[in-house]
This record gives sequence, C-alpha cells and structure tokens, in this order.
Amino acid sequence: MTDALLAVRSLSVVSSRREGGPILRAVSLTVAPGEVHGVVGESGAGKSTVGRAVLGMLPRTMQVTAGAISLSGTELLTLDAARRRRLLGAHVALIPQDPLSALNPSRRIEAQLTDGMRMWQGASAREARRRALAMLEEVQMHDPERVMRCYPHELSGGMRQRVLIAAAFMLRPKLVIADEPTTALDVTVQRQVLRLIRDLQTRHRTGAILITHDLGVVAQICDDVSLLYAGRVLEQRRTAELLGEPQHPYARALLRATPRYDRPDQGLQPIPDAVMAACRSEIAHVDQQLDQQFDRASHG
Amino acid sequence: MAEPARPLLEVRDLVVGYRGGRTLFGGRRPAAPVLHGVSLSIGRGEMVGIVGESGSGKTTLGRALLGLVRPASGSIRFDGAEISGLAEAAIRPLRRRMQLIFQDPMSSLNPRRTIGRTLAAPLRLHEPQQARAEAVRRINAILERVDLPPAVLRRYPHELSGGQRQRVGIARAILLRPDFVVADEIVSGLDVSTQAQVLRLIGEISRDMGLAMAFISHDLSVIRAVCHRVIVLRRGEVVEQGACEAVLVRPQAAYTRELIDAIPLPVPDPHWLVPEASAEGRARRMA
Repeated sequence: MTDALLAVRSLSVVSSRREGGPILRAVSLTVAPGEVHGVVGESGAGKSTVGRAVLGMLPRTMQVTAGAISLSGTELLTLDAARRRRLLGAHVALIPQDPLSALNPSRRIEAQLTDGMRMWQGASAREARRRALAMLEEVQMHDPERVMRCYPHELSGGMRQRVLIAAAFMLRPKLVIADEPTTALDVTVQRQVLRLIRDLQTRHRTGAILITHDLGVVAQICDDVSLLYAGRVLEQRRTAELLGEPQHPYARALLRATPRYDRPDQGLQPIPDAVMAACRSEIAHVDQQLDQQFDRASHG
Repeated sequence: MAEPARPLLEVRDLVVGYRGGRTLFGGRRPAAPVLHGVSLSIGRGEMVGIVGESGSGKTTLGRALLGLVRPASGSIRFDGAEISGLAEAAIRPLRRRMQLIFQDPMSSLNPRRTIGRTLAAPLRLHEPQQARAEAVRRINAILERVDLPPAVLRRYPHELSGGQRQRVGIARAILLRPDFVVADEIVSGLDVSTQAQVLRLIGEISRDMGLAMAFISHDLSVIRAVCHRVIVLRRGEVVEQGACEAVLVRPQAAYTRELIDAIPLPVPDPHWLVPEASAEGRARRMA
C-alpha cells in the first residue's frame, strides 16, 4: 500500500532473557490514515511488543533483529535516536491500558495534559491550557475547568481513561497506539470509551493500532486485523472477512472458544490440541523458509 | 428442572454496610451502604450467575453468602440454618459445606507452599482423624477430576500456568465435597481458550457433584454459558433476576438492556458504536 501512514515490514524482535524463539518473527502490517488496525491474540502472542517497537519503547532486554518501520515514508529504525524521538514525540501517541499507573498521582491533570505540547511544540502555558480545555470538551468531559484542577485519584476509572485519550490527541498525532485501552473498564464505560476513540480518530483522520485480546472489541472498532500467535501473524485481513470467514484453523478455533450470550449453543469449545499442533508445525515450516532466505541473502 | 422444596440458600432483605473510616480527629465517617435489601435463593445443584459492574456489590454479596461479612440486617439461611450474625465458631461446622474460589489464584495460593501442602490443609483441618493414605487418595482423585497431572503436587504456584493455578483453586474448593461454592470472577484473568476449558470443567463438576454455585462475573456471555439463572445487581440492589434465557432475550429492566447492548460480540455491528441506533440494531440481530 503506497498511502500507508505506518508500514511495519518483516519485523523480528528477540529477547536476550527469554529462551525458545523470537518474540516477533517477520511481522508486517500497515495502517492507513483514519483507519484502525487491530492486533489481537492471546497472552504471550507479542501484541504489546508490536506497539512498543513502533513507539521505540522496547525494553532493554529486547532487540529488533530484522525488518523496517516507516511513518509517513520516514524510516524509523535507521534514524538517529534524537531525531527519532522528536518524530515519535510529535506524531505518535500512546493510550495505555491502566489509566491509574499511566498518570502521575502527585500532579494535577492540567500539568499532565499540557506537558507534551510545551515540550514538543514549544507552546506557551496559556496556549497549552486553552488546547487542554478544548480537548477535555472534545472527550465529552463534564466541567473541564474542574477536571484540570483534579488529581488522578479524584476521577473515576472511565474519566481517567478519557483524560488519557485527551492527552493522546493533544498534539494532533498522525498515529495513535491503544494498548488494551478498555480492558480494566466496565462494559458500558468500555463502549463509551471506544466510541470516543473511534470518533476522534475518524474526525482527525488519525491512524490507529488497537491492541486487544477481545475479538468483540475488534469486530466493533477495527477496519483491519492481524491475528498473532507466538509472535507470528497467522491471519491478516479486513475485520469483517476474518471474523465472517476465518481461514486459519487457529482463528476459527479462537472464535469457537469465545462465549456468546446470543448463541449459547456455540462458543466455549476448547481449542483442539490438533489445531495447536498444526500452528506449531506451520510456524516451524515458515521459520525454516525464512532462515533459508536469510542464509541465501547473507551468502549471496 | 423441578424446583426443590426448600432452597439450599435463602437470603431475605440483606443489608450490608462497611463502617466508615476514621477521620483525622478520630471521629467515624458514616457507613457506606453496599447492599440494600437483597433477596434471593439458590437451589441445590443450581448455578446462579451474579452480574454487575464495579461497585455493584457483587463481591460483597458473595462474601455475605458465606458468612464472611457481618450484615447490618436481613437473614441468610443455609440449608435451613440462620447464619447471618453468627460468630465464627458457630459457623465453623458449616464451613466445609460452603467454599470460595478466588479470582486470582496467584494471590490466593500460598507462594511458599507446594500445591500438595495447599491441598492437604483443608483435609487436615476438617478431618484430622483421617488416615494419611486416605488423604493422599482423595487428593489424587480430585486432581484427576480437574484434569491436572499428579506431578503438580510437588510444584509451587509460580511454576504453573494461569489455567493450571485456577484448576488448583477449584480442586481446593471441592475437596471437602461442599454443597455450595461462591466463584468470584474466576475466569476474568484467563485467555479465551483457557477460559473455555475452565468453564466447561466448572459446569461438569457442578452437574456431577450436585454442587450449587453463586457464579459472580461482570461478563454476561460467560454467565450465559454456565448458569441456569442470573441475578443483575446494580448499586447494591437486585435490578432483575430470572432464567438466563429469559433475562438475556427479553430483559425487563432498562439497566439490564443497557448492560447487554454494551457487550461487543465478535460480529461487526455498525450500530454498536452509534448511541441512538444501537438498541434497534441489537433487536434486529437477536431476531
């Protein structure tokens, strides 16, 4: 895709602390402006690592061993650290999972909302404050003036998550990475928060990566989806296609394991051992091919 | 299923409030009511789901059903015997008949004890006269029931996967062959594939042992999968209760409807994200 905002190509990440295979292996995905790309999988599949690699926030124990990440055509991995930080700081924002640990408990909301604009855009205190108030309005926060004076503990979980969404959109980013943004929230609040993210991101043509374990969330908010297993993309398609006619046996099994209140006779079927065995042998086969390609490339 | 003559557990007008904390100068803050006038009953062998959002009082209700919180008023009868307000010593004979499975097995299993020691503890406490060989036999039988290999007995909690740890939590709860178990969000930390296995297991065990269960969850899809009836709790009050099918297909309370509509199904629904259109979209999909 030529008009991709973000393009991740054949990204591989290894951990120096974990034995037994890479964290990510040859992961490719693209995000177009105004679209949401879902990254879904069970725990340990490497979903969060995809987001962290794009943000340049991999832990010290992990290294990118192959692949490329480009944002609006600029190659990120070959950029020097200072320029990369400036680019990411100004154009890419994170919406984290746990709003309580993402906010500094000892600083007022105003200070935390305005930091980014002052740091990355050199805005004055007054300018940043005006933008912060407008942003709180935009996330439908009641009484923004009061919220600005609050400390995080004075807000409910849903309100804190709104503050983080406001913070993420403060700098009008090109790309937002939301890592399980609603996992800790009640279902009714989850729906409000997802509506808000979708609305802002459509209105401002922001691209988004949404990391989640919930196929229901994927169905409602993602345009495209990558299903990860053991650091590999097993299936990647338009959301409606993948959920409607899953091709990979693991995708089908995962859908059948998901409980459905509307279809109690379906769902809740444990993933058959044969499917997991097929996944492992497929991965081994793909790895072998990749290794051969790599050998040819390095000897040729 | 025929309704048994006397329910195993009968709760009438239960009110629970936590005492307010101390203020700076030693005064008492007013009590915050958590449950106001909850009534419900659970039959023998019946699986009853308790659903609610955070702050609904579902965990407090679960603890009250086991006599672990002292109610301000109201009655809780377990197999005909009043347990609310009883001292711990008076409840103890009933303890082995009512058990709790916790949400997070990592924090409810002692990290410094092997699984074998953890499982032996309730037997030693409640059946001290029992021969050691008999205790070993029962522990092995229960492990087999929850599909765990005997080798886990020598392991520590951190050496097991999340699903295995939750199986240990289940094994510990059913070891004394209780009549009633409270399961508090026992699958909310698990992956879907593990969740499906644990829920299947819970359903089988309840059927095989005639075990009644209060299954507390925030997830109506999970409740629908394993429970006969559901009780919808909001801010300490029962909003609605009835057979799962009836409540989920034709909810009577607006709040229940709202709760159901908010669940994202793994089927794209353009109306889910649009506030006004969602109710009618859902109605169409269910039809």
